[in-house]
Amino acid sequence: MSPSYLSDYAPLLIHILAAMIVAGALLSLSVLVGYRRPSREKSEAYECGIHPTGDAREPFSVKFYLVAILFILFDVEAIFLYPWAYVFRDLNPGKSLAGFYEMLLYIVILLAGYIYLWRKGALDWNR
Amino acid sequence: MTPALADAYSLAPVITACGFGILIIVGDAFLPRGGKSLLARIGVVGALASLAAVTLASRHTDDAYSGLIRTDAFSLFLESLIFVITVLVMLGSYDYLVREGLPLGEYHALLLFAASGMAVMASANELLTAFVGLEISSIASYVLAGYRRTASKSNESALKYFLLGSFATAFFLYGAAMVYGATGTTRLDVLREMFVAGRAPGPLMLLGCAMILVGLGFKAAVAPFQVWTPDVYEGAPTPVTALFASGPKAAAFALLVRILVTGFGAANATWFWAIWVSAVLTMFIGNLAALTQNNVKRMLAYSSIAHAGYLLVALAARSEIGIAALLYYLVVYALVTLGAFTIITHLGEPGERRLEIDAYAGLGTRQPFTAFCMTIFLLSLLGLPITAGFLGKFYIFDSALKAQLPGLAVMLAMNSVIGAYYYLRLVRVMYFTEPEQEWTPEPVTAGVGAVMFLTAVAALGFGLFPGPLMTFATISAQSFR
Repeated sequence: MSPSYLSDYAPLLIHILAAMIVAGALLSLSVLVGYRRPSREKSEAYECGIHPTGDAREPFSVKFYLVAILFILFDVEAIFLYPWAYVFRDLNPGKSLAGFYEMLLYIVILLAGYIYLWRKGALDWNR
Repeated sequence: MTPALADAYSLAPVITACGFGILIIVGDAFLPRGGKSLLARIGVVGALASLAAVTLASRHTDDAYSGLIRTDAFSLFLESLIFVITVLVMLGSYDYLVREGLPLGEYHALLLFAASGMAVMASANELLTAFVGLEISSIASYVLAGYRRTASKSNESALKYFLLGSFATAFFLYGAAMVYGATGTTRLDVLREMFVAGRAPGPLMLLGCAMILVGLGFKAAVAPFQVWTPDVYEGAPTPVTALFASGPKAAAFALLVRILVTGFGAANATWFWAIWVSAVLTMFIGNLAALTQNNVKRMLAYSSIAHAGYLLVALAARSEIGIAALLYYLVVYALVTLGAFTIITHLGEPGERRLEIDAYAGLGTRQPFTAFCMTIFLLSLLGLPITAGFLGKFYIFDSALKAQLPGLAVMLAMNSVIGAYYYLRLVRVMYFTEPEQEWTPEPVTAGVGAVMFLTAVAALGFGLFPGPLMTFATISAQSFR
């Protein structure tokens, strides 16, 4: 690695600067020279063409939060299976099934967590 | 031994702790409401089994998992310490959990998970593995800090710890990324070889090292990253505070030593002054702030900051006797602080009401054994002769002098004198003042009594017979050759 290798990033820096200048110039131009005729219809929230009903800032049940967290947990588990499947042959050289058992262990651990939250009623919406 | 089995041996303590943690989680889901005390027993058994598994790990002292994990005397030393701490914390917290009506299952599972993360930190030989360990232990700690869900102080503690802690781990991770960017490796032994071969650390490398120091400095609660400590320690349930002050601190110092001495050891001029300045700041801020505290938990929180400063002095000595002194002091400090916080737990009364220093008035006549143990702990923290704290400070002092750092040595001595004021203040209140309102402390339960007894014996025993522990610490320090 050359001592001046930070300079390899110079094009990136120039690119960022150029992007900021161009975007800033365009936005300020439209503010400066653009027409503005605001009306009630135009300043309403855009909801795919339907007239908006009520306020978007309504309180909603905190249970959604729990469900979302749990979903992410098991979603990540599922995503993790893809790279594992891709290198499955390399993980199991010859006739050994080491890679298979390792993944089995991983899923069993997550299953333990699943059983726990099921029994604790975290999936029960009416609690 | 097949390679896979050999790898599993070197992580045996971690695997055992995790296994028992999962067992508790599943058990908690099926046990009836009245049978949860079984989980606490499983927890203690699990921590003891993990401690026993350290001997399994000692059968395979080498690199494992393609060099990501390193099992050597140093990692065995710290793993032993971490699991001893876990056992003691569990013993000291059972009555507290019952008294406060807190669930037993999750608590013990989280303690085991936190301990397993710390054990990973103690044996990690690569920055990303270290990061994983750091996260495992931190996330469990965040939950534990907020374990008294109905108490707003506990929530405050958890939120502060979580926000600042995740910020700090991000620093650590960014630092690791920069080190990788500068060298193309995150393995500490490879880094070491680069420096030994004469490679000069470039600016990116320095920045990476600095950010790693920031991240670990936060976890170890050293100045100027100590601001969160008193609030988090005060709000967390007291047994959890006992853990925070001992376990994660030990693990953070283990990682700090491992990274600085193995990774950056041959380039120690890069980090020496950072550690030097941090040591001085930590000692003075910790001790001076502790002077004005009226809450015992906050006072001991500042005291724990000050002790992190003493440990940094040993690190700044950059020598084998320095590391040996650091390890010895870490054991003594962790056990003694654990004992002191267990007594605070015991005297806390429902809702943690008795936390003011004045609330300890007259303890000497009402519960002499408790007051006696507390006195031993405070005197050991202060560093009075015949206690282990004295020898620990002496070893650090000695290593600083041998490393030609008289300035640090003098400041260490000055801070011990400042510390005397607030430690002795509590001793004075316990023995020489009478309470305004009559009170009777709750009787000492078996668990709390055992922790008090064992840590007090350790505080005196390691002071009178330092040989075995110091030998182990010296051997551990030699792992970095």
